Amino acid sequence: MANSAARTGRRSGEYAAKLHRLMVTPEGVGLNVYIGNAGARAGAVVLDIIFIGLIIIAYFIMLAIMFSTFSINETGSFGSFLIVVSIIFIFMLRNAYFLFFELGSKSATWGKRILGLRVASRDGGRLTKEAVIARNLVREIELFLPISYLITTSVQGVLSNYAVFAGLIWICVFLFFPLFNKDRLRCGDLIAGTWVVHAEKAKMTNIVASADSMASQLSSDYRFTDEELDIYGEYELKTLEKVLREESGDAERAVYEAICRKLGWVPGGGDERAFLENYYTQLRARLEGDMRFGKRRADKFDRQT
Amino acid sequence: MSSAGIATGNISGVDTNAMSNAILRSDRFRIEREAEWERLDKIITYIEKGRRSKISDDDALALPTLYRKTVSALSIARESSLDDGLVTYLESLTLRAYYQVYGTRTSFGRWLSDFIGGGWSRAIRAIQLEIWIMLAIMVAGAVVGYVLVDQDSDWFFSLVPGGMSGGRVPGADPEILRETLGGVEKGSNDGLSVFAASLFSNNAGVGILAFALGFAFGIPTILLEIYNFTLLGAMIWVFVDADLGVEFIGWLSIHGTTELLAIVLAGAAGLHIGRRMAFPGQKTHMAALQEAGTAGALVMVGVIIMLIMAAVLEGFGRQLITGTVARYAIGYGLLLFWIVYFVFAGRGQDVAQNKGMNNGE
Repeated sequence: MANSAARTGRRSGEYAAKLHRLMVTPEGVGLNVYIGNAGARAGAVVLDIIFIGLIIIAYFIMLAIMFSTFSINETGSFGSFLIVVSIIFIFMLRNAYFLFFELGSKSATWGKRILGLRVASRDGGRLTKEAVIARNLVREIELFLPISYLITTSVQGVLSNYAVFAGLIWICVFLFFPLFNKDRLRCGDLIAGTWVVHAEKAKMTNIVASADSMASQLSSDYRFTDEELDIYGEYELKTLEKVLREESGDAERAVYEAICRKLGWVPGGGDERAFLENYYTQLRARLEGDMRFGKRRADKFDRQT
Repeated sequence: MSSAGIATGNISGVDTNAMSNAILRSDRFRIEREAEWERLDKIITYIEKGRRSKISDDDALALPTLYRKTVSALSIARESSLDDGLVTYLESLTLRAYYQVYGTRTSFGRWLSDFIGGGWSRAIRAIQLEIWIMLAIMVAGAVVGYVLVDQDSDWFFSLVPGGMSGGRVPGADPEILRETLGGVEKGSNDGLSVFAASLFSNNAGVGILAFALGFAFGIPTILLEIYNFTLLGAMIWVFVDADLGVEFIGWLSIHGTTELLAIVLAGAAGLHIGRRMAFPGQKTHMAALQEAGTAGALVMVGVIIMLIMAAVLEGFGRQLITGTVARYAIGYGLLLFWIVYFVFAGRGQDVAQNKGMNNGE
């Protein structure tokens, strides 16, 4: 549900058009790719930091329980083994969390998956291991250095105002870097030749107004003339499709009345669905028929035919 | 034209009942192919979830064909169908399939064996110029550190952070200094593994930082490396001053040849990015940067491997092997190994690799 809303929201508007790229496959078919917007990117990284934080907290709680229940001595051989494991674990979590998930077949960390994003190669080719490694090594100066910098300065309070100021500029340069290029690349993407794109999974939908549903209607004998169908274009057809898919009585009623006004009919009652399904099918048949002859009509204002 | 014609005749594999369900010609097109799309969808979903073993042989063989059919169906649907739900579904399915079909990666084991068997050495040979620059910086930094402290030993305290020196300060009792070079008393070997792990985490951090900072035209990388090697120079002076120079170098060499080489390589990889950014040559800035970045990433994987080795040597080897001669032998034997490996490994494939790259572009 959220996915479909994001998708349709993305499709409309000038902002979405800015983030649209056409990727031509070797078969010569252009695929529509949408660059992940800055908000989604920031959200994904915040989620990932939260996940890493939760894993660390869970790990230390587990460790504390182990130390107390088995009364392990920190200087004993098993105790020091656990400390070694902890040091390596934290290092791995910081560096390998992103690597592990982005090298996987979904090319996305948990945060990115939740927001429907994935990493892809900018030239449309293969996403290589080197590229994923390169983009994540740079994360060290983009993400972890500022975080540890902020923590140490706030804990110790030792740096001069000048150093704090310089540090903040440093953080801002990397933080806002994606906003200053059209592909929303962070520095890591730049050197790795990657970008982050939307990759939501769309579900197969039913045929709207199939013959079955049309036959089950009592009065499916609406016939519209070409002039009556000509008042709308593809945009209106898509809107009608959405209304029919949602199957909400109120919306159907409103659309039904709007079409009737346009046609100069007097809206009746109780038969909205049958009317709309008939109108949809006949409008689509007409528009698709014209399409085969290369005539397309974007919306109701498109009068070039 | 209020309704399009319905096809007569039975198309294999397609339910005729479903077919009579289609009022529009574009719906017929869809019903004929729906099963194939769903099959592709199922295969792709398995791949995405990493459950490749669940895919049957038939499905695996059919994948390329199914993908191409779906791509072709998408381009037909865009020009003949106004079913937005269908077009959206096909767009998403094709894109997902595209990433999996053209994104087929080599397995990790295969990649690693390619990497060890020559890829690593090739990446290092590609940044030769920067390695020489970094070596020069290393020597210069160490000399500067040595000379500065030699002229005024107060420099030591402004260069070396207090916690790091651990009693190793100018004018310290040579006996105390000698002690810091020795092994640790027996029975406390468990502490060594902790020491090694934290050293690795620390050094890897410095290495990654040196690489990532290359992004700013390599200047912060150079500064970071100069600083690190100035520290080294200052420390050498302290021990030379106490007539322990040879022992100190031995103490340092056992792991230091590997560790310092790794830090030099990390810096060189960073500098390479900075150089290609400033001087991209025949390529565009973006293409040059990308090439340098991915090559640098390979070097960095190697750097991490070297730092793990160095940490093990530092944590265990240095503390357990206390003879200066043995320390020299291990340290420089390893250095020789690295040089031979980087210079010669995967050399025969250089030509093939270049050819492949040229064809690819």
